[in-house]
Amino acid sequence: MRLLLDLARGMLARRRRQTLVSVFGVALGVAFFIAIAALMRGFQTYFISQIIDVAPHITIKDEMRDPPPQAAALAHPEGAVAIAGVRPQDRVRGIRAAGDKLAMLEAMEGVAAAPVLTGQALLRYGSRDVSVTIVGIDPVRHARVSNIQKDMTHGRIEDLRATANGLIIGEALAQRLGVGLGDTIAAVSPRGVTLSMKVVGLFRTGIQTLDQQQGYALLKVNQVLQDRSNVVNQIQLRLRDVTRAEPLAREIEARFGDRTESWEEQNKNFLTVFVIQNAVMYSVTGAILLVAAFGIYNIISTVVYEKTRDIAILKSLGFTERDIQMLFLVQGIVAGLLGAVLGCVLGAVMIEGLAQVRFGVEAPSGSDRFILARDWRVYLLASGFAVLAAGIAAVIPARRASRLDPVQVVRGAA
Amino acid sequence: MSDGPADPPLLAAERVTRTLPEGVTLVADISLRFARGEFVAITGPSGSGKSSLLYLLGLLDRPTEGRILLEGRDTAELDAEELAALRLARLGFVFQFHFLLPEFSSLDNVLIPIRRLGRLDAAAARAQAMRLLGALGLDAAATKLPEQLSGGMRQRVAIARALANDPALILADEPTGNLDTKNAAAVFDIFERLVREEGRTVIVVTHDPDLARRCSRRVHLVDGRVVSDGPASG
Repeated sequence: MRLLLDLARGMLARRRRQTLVSVFGVALGVAFFIAIAALMRGFQTYFISQIIDVAPHITIKDEMRDPPPQAAALAHPEGAVAIAGVRPQDRVRGIRAAGDKLAMLEAMEGVAAAPVLTGQALLRYGSRDVSVTIVGIDPVRHARVSNIQKDMTHGRIEDLRATANGLIIGEALAQRLGVGLGDTIAAVSPRGVTLSMKVVGLFRTGIQTLDQQQGYALLKVNQVLQDRSNVVNQIQLRLRDVTRAEPLAREIEARFGDRTESWEEQNKNFLTVFVIQNAVMYSVTGAILLVAAFGIYNIISTVVYEKTRDIAILKSLGFTERDIQMLFLVQGIVAGLLGAVLGCVLGAVMIEGLAQVRFGVEAPSGSDRFILARDWRVYLLASGFAVLAAGIAAVIPARRASRLDPVQVVRGAA
Repeated sequence: MSDGPADPPLLAAERVTRTLPEGVTLVADISLRFARGEFVAITGPSGSGKSSLLYLLGLLDRPTEGRILLEGRDTAELDAEELAALRLARLGFVFQFHFLLPEFSSLDNVLIPIRRLGRLDAAAARAQAMRLLGALGLDAAATKLPEQLSGGMRQRVAIARALANDPALILADEPTGNLDTKNAAAVFDIFERLVREEGRTVIVVTHDPDLARRCSRRVHLVDGRVVSDGPASG
């Protein structure tokens, strides 16, 4: 193998300029792949971590995934007459036996659970009205399932207990209403209940929809506001291992019957967009590497064409078809490897260059720079793909070289 | 050094015919035996099948009929890899064109078959290559690239490469075709020495009657058939 490497090195070095162009092509492909992946993954990772940080990992809702079957349909499943237009039975919304379910969930290893009642309300301050979602919480339990305490810029979550009808709202919402800490505002629910509520805390998550349209009150207070005494319409769960969310959600739903959504299911749209984004990114950068691979194909083909006599003599000396094939395959892989190494260096430089770019406007992340993911696995993936592409590109000319008949070549040269 | 009566010949061709797929017959019904220590010239007019016969004897090509035996072993039974291994270990080729790899020095060119065979460690391989180059008066050319050498020197490097793995049989196809008279004579001097002093068998294709006369035996071909086989001086 050492001999083949030396021969390959000699042949590549002889065509230094062509080799450099090919290597540089691969390097550019690898570098762009790494830089674009850093940008995309940086944003996606930030976004997902925000979702995981802000939203519960699992939410149990007071609804069923499929509407309950009608009694008539149950009685005559194979009936000849179809029943349509039957109004669903009226029932009080809310999770049944929420206390028992909560106790069962809290007994699970690595699971924190909190009861919640969410409902719409109109917040009114002076002439300004803003429609918001009020989340009724148990502060102690809720602190275990969300990062609301971490996101609070003014006040503490426990202040909800210390103040009658306390309310915590997003900074952006406070700005829209023109209120500050300690101000009293009116909250009107769809059921017509009006409460005077005192702003005891402000938060900022970085997610505009939450910061502008959400408020927190005590569970009991929201039950009064929504006119739904003792009702809980969500149980929110936080897991020690976030990757367990989906299977656990399925398990809980199967056990309780209530619709149970993991964070992945709740954000399926975004995650699907990310999958498409990644597919586009990998396609584009893959195309760059494909072009680079054509460069390698070109140089190996040229070398094979120019080295016909040398191939013949190597075969007459006792090199096998496999040796000859390896000799040119090695050249492709060496070019790919060199390109990958150079591309990794270039990619790292590009990432650091991007890290210096300032937008001059503060982004929701609290920074005015790109969010970049520096992941060694991306370097490995890009390099692996480049070497693989280079190897595949070299296979065809290498096979052609290995099949050359030395007798024909020697005759032609004589 | 020649074979005893019971020993198989170093190389034998038995009723060998080579016909191309297009139907052209290159050599027909040739039977020859080559003993150890023979210096054989294959002569004949252009297109008589000299080189074709040499490639068959050198296991670069396969006969369509008949068989080639190397040291008593029927080579028709061997696959391409086994033939390559035999060429590497037992045969040495010298062509009209030197076919040295232009990227590598004379020393490296000679080292290629030694390293491919892999019997010697790096230091021993280098010593062997240097000894061969020295024996052919090429000590000073060891580090030079082929393009820095004269035609005669290149051909001598090619001979050193053919000798790299100490082969029993050297096959040379018009090795002096690109050389002037002086260099051609020098190449034949080397071949004579290899036969006389080292007991190797050298089979050389040439159309130069003067050089052919320096061999111990001459096989003359016409239209792919052997028309005479006897002492070269005759």
